[in-house]
Amino acid sequence: MPDSLAEPLLRVENLVRSFGGIKATDNLSLDVLPGELHAIIGPNGAGKTTLISQLTGQLTPNSGTIHFAGRDVTWLPSYRRSRLGLARSFQITCLLPDFTAADNVALAAQAHDGHSFRFWGAARKERHLREAAQAALTRVGLARRADVPVSELSHGEQRELELAVALATKPQLLLLDEPMAGLGVTESARMVALLKELRKEVTIVLVEHDMEAVFALADRITVLVYGRVIASGDPDAIRNNEEVKRAYLGDQHVVVSHG
Amino acid sequence: MKSQINARNVVVALVALGLLLLPLYSALTGNIFILTLFTRIVIFALAAASLNLIMGYGGMMSFGHAAYLGIGGYAVGILAHEGIGSGFIQWPVALALSALYALVIGALSLRTRGVYFIMITLAFAQMAYYIASGLSRYGGDDGLTIYKRSTFGGLIDLSNRVQFYYLCLACLFGGVYLIWRIINSRFGMVVQGVRSNEQRMQAIGFHANRYRLVCFVISGTICGLAGALLANNTDFISPAGMYWTRSGELMVMVVFGGMGSLFGPVLGTIVFLLLEEVLSQFTEYWALIMGPLLLLIVLFARGGIMGLLGRLSRA
Repeated sequence: MPDSLAEPLLRVENLVRSFGGIKATDNLSLDVLPGELHAIIGPNGAGKTTLISQLTGQLTPNSGTIHFAGRDVTWLPSYRRSRLGLARSFQITCLLPDFTAADNVALAAQAHDGHSFRFWGAARKERHLREAAQAALTRVGLARRADVPVSELSHGEQRELELAVALATKPQLLLLDEPMAGLGVTESARMVALLKELRKEVTIVLVEHDMEAVFALADRITVLVYGRVIASGDPDAIRNNEEVKRAYLGDQHVVVSHG
Repeated sequence: MKSQINARNVVVALVALGLLLLPLYSALTGNIFILTLFTRIVIFALAAASLNLIMGYGGMMSFGHAAYLGIGGYAVGILAHEGIGSGFIQWPVALALSALYALVIGALSLRTRGVYFIMITLAFAQMAYYIASGLSRYGGDDGLTIYKRSTFGGLIDLSNRVQFYYLCLACLFGGVYLIWRIINSRFGMVVQGVRSNEQRMQAIGFHANRYRLVCFVISGTICGLAGALLANNTDFISPAGMYWTRSGELMVMVVFGGMGSLFGPVLGTIVFLLLEEVLSQFTEYWALIMGPLLLLIVLFARGGIMGLLGRLSRA
């Protein structure tokens, strides 16, 4: 392609993944352009998390391809994709519970700072790792909680820490799986403000149930139902799409009442 | 900075000091038995500390750690039998063979998790046991007497009880120091991170199994050293020393002392072997007392002796 700016950062083509008889991802194709915030919405069971897991390599597809930054990553294990600049946050908080917030982030920084077959020097005393951790924690507003063990952080703080960990890997593409899940009103607002800042620096794929947040943040929205893309376009187009209204936005009031 | 003076550190310091001064006590009282007993304890403490590295810090429940005691021991015994008495050859061979065994076993076992990992490490260790039993040239089931302890060109005399004790103690302290450096290093952080949440570690860019495997090999190598010491201590090596019950005892020592605490396995080994010694004087059914004791520790003192001391410190 002549124009490198138009080349998608992430290109998913004809992805299929089934569990038994159920197609959780059904011939799904999707492009994410550099610099955009691309939201993926869909009712429960639409296969959003399954898709994210295939993008990051926790799950492998039955068929189809995933290209990231011009490379076929379909069969790369997740740790290799992370090295290429693909980071994710988990829907169900997935942190190192025995470690402090700063340790969690410092390890993410360490993972992208050469190999870790270093057996002698104390890792917690490596200043640039600690500084990178502190910077990422400051970014998400957790600087003062750096030395608190993860198990003692509140749910909202853990969600923020998920984000800090992902940021510390210096990603090109951030896959956020329901970062607002379980957050209260003020926490959600803080998260939206934070994502508004982050989107200036990094391409983001956002899976989220909170419709207000999605329509406030997204450049483009893709709607999944039963593992298939039923619509894709800018927020206005999605808002006015008849099929989307029928399939999904019909129960929007239920979702919004949560948030 | 938290205060360094607490019940846990005081006990650790006292025990370390006690171990250092033990030969003095033995000489003053003429009690040779206690020196022999503690030489054995110190060697097993090194083995337990190595097991703790993978079990406590790495979350790998190896049920085959006695194999390394056997491999290290047989390396010394077989070489001695074949007329190679120099420790400068015997011991590096013992370590290299242990490392190699750990590498192969680890590469295969680490494809599994949980109970399967326990069972497969156990199965491999039993295989090693039967192979040792089949070494008819080296005594087979009956084992092999080592007529001459490893020599180190006059540097140190292993037949001298005190010198040998201090060599074992130096290996123990050196091993614990090495493990301390490792667990606080970048490598150690990764290994502990993988124990805590493997999926997360993969997601941020770590090839978890590679780090696990290296940790497994380090642990096996340290235990191989304990095996070489043990063979010199008993002047004898036999398959019985690598039977699965021995692996189980090592696990019990670690759990007694406190999994995932640096000095815990040392305390655990001391308590376990002293109890065994004392109880077996009263009854041959000493295991009937040891068993429930272990149950109590697992049920009510999670974190073993070190865990108890930690709670004392905070109280």
